[in-house]
Amino acid sequence: MTINAHPELPDFDYVRPATLMEASQFLAQHAGEARPLCGGTDIFVRMRDGLWHDRYLVDVKKLDGTANLACDAAGLTIGAGVSMNRVIAEAAVRQNYPLLAEACCSVASHQLRTRATIVGNLCNASPAGDTIGACLVLGGRLRVHGTDGFREIPLEGFFTGPGKNTLRPGDIVTAIHFAPLPAHSAGTYIKLGRNTWSDLSIVGLTAFGYPDETAASGYRFKIAMASVAPTPLLAHKAQDFLAENPPNLQSFDQAARLASAACSPIDDVRSSARYRKLMVYQLTKKALQQTWEKLTR
Amino acid sequence: MALHHITLTVNGEFEQVDVPSQMTLLQMLRDKLALTGTKNGCNAGECGACTVMVDGEAVNSCMVLAVECQGANVVTVEGLAKDGVLDPVQQAIINHGGVQCGFCTPGMLISARALLNRNPEPSEDDIRAALVGNLCRCTGYVRIIEAVQEAAKRQKALN
Repeated sequence: MTINAHPELPDFDYVRPATLMEASQFLAQHAGEARPLCGGTDIFVRMRDGLWHDRYLVDVKKLDGTANLACDAAGLTIGAGVSMNRVIAEAAVRQNYPLLAEACCSVASHQLRTRATIVGNLCNASPAGDTIGACLVLGGRLRVHGTDGFREIPLEGFFTGPGKNTLRPGDIVTAIHFAPLPAHSAGTYIKLGRNTWSDLSIVGLTAFGYPDETAASGYRFKIAMASVAPTPLLAHKAQDFLAENPPNLQSFDQAARLASAACSPIDDVRSSARYRKLMVYQLTKKALQQTWEKLTR
Repeated sequence: MALHHITLTVNGEFEQVDVPSQMTLLQMLRDKLALTGTKNGCNAGECGACTVMVDGEAVNSCMVLAVECQGANVVTVEGLAKDGVLDPVQQAIINHGGVQCGFCTPGMLISARALLNRNPEPSEDDIRAALVGNLCRCTGYVRIIEAVQEAAKRQKALN
C-alpha cells in the first residue's frame, strides 16, 4: 500500500541533446510525445497525476546559452535554464527589475524555486502563473528556437488558453529578454492567495508605471491580471484610460472598474468568480496607488 | 527504457549509480544508496520532507531526476554531522524540542542549513520564508524557528 498523495513518475526516456538544433529536430520528429524540460516543477506533477503521458523529456537547461543570465545596457536576458532563485539572487535584477524579483519571490517555496524557471512558468501558460504578469507589463520578448532557427516573439499574444501557447512542434523558448526600463519607473505585484506564502493565487495583480511625455496624462501604466481569465491578460482599456486622465484616486478607481470589467473569471476550488471580479477592482486600485507612491517618492 | 550511468558525490562520498530516466533523486537516495533519512511525504514538491542540498542549494529531491545529478554534489541529512559532531542546526533542534514525530525534521534541517550558508544572520522573517516549503503537522513551527535562531548564534560564536 502506498501512502503517497502522488505516485512515482511513469516510464519515459530522458534525452539530453548536444545542440539546440538537435533538440528542436528531436522535438519536431516526436511531436505530441516529447516535451522540453526546464525545471520540471509543473511537468512532473502532471505526469504523476496521469494528465501528461510524454515518452520523451528533452532537457534544454544547458544548451547554447540557455543557462545564461545577463543584465547590462542592452537590457535583461534570462535563459530558459535560469532558476527563479538565481534571478532573485542577482543584484542587478533586484536593482533594475525589482518587480521581476518580487514576482519570483512569490512562487511556491525556496526549494521549489531552486528548480522553477521563469521561461518554464511562461511556457506552462497557467492563467495563475506568478511571474507572467511582471513579464507582460515589462514588455518581455521570447527568444524561440525552432527547426528553422531563431525568432523573437512578444510575450503578449503568446497565451492562447489555459496551458496553451503559440509554440509549434520543435520550438524551444531559449530565453526571455527585457529592454532597459523607462527612467523613474515603478511597479507592484499583489498576490491574493488562501495563505500569505506559497499558495497559488486567487487573483494576481501587477501594475507598472512610468513618466511619458507622449501620454496626455504624462504617465503610462500597464496592468496585468492573473487567475481571472483563460489566460493572463493586460487590462488595455484601463491602461488607455490612465494615459488620458491625470493619475489620482478617482482615475485609479475608474481604471480599476475597467480592469474588473475586462476579466472573465471562473468559480473553482480557490474562489468564486464573483469574489475574483470584486478583488480585481480592489487590488487594481491598491496596486496603482502603491505604484504611484513609488513613482512620486 | 535505457539506464543512465551517473557519477556524483553524496555526503562527501564518490558514488556511481545506474538509474532509469524516471527515477527521482529521492528514489535514488533511498532505494539505491540506502540513505533513508530523506523522507517521501507528498512526492509533489509541496511538503519539503525530501529536501536535500544539490550543489549547495536546497531542493525538493522528489522534483529532480537522478539522471540530472551527473557530477553533482549532494548533501542529505546523513551528511550534516561531521566527525560525530552534530551540525549546529541539529543540536539546536534537540535543545529546543523541535522534534515530535520527526518526519519533517530531515527536510527542515537541510533547509535551515542552506539558509545559514547563504545568510548567516537571518531575521525571523528570513527563517519563516526559508521554511515555507517545509510542512510540519505535529511539532508546530515556533520551536523550530527558535532553534534556527539559536543555531545562527551558535554558528556565529564558533566562527
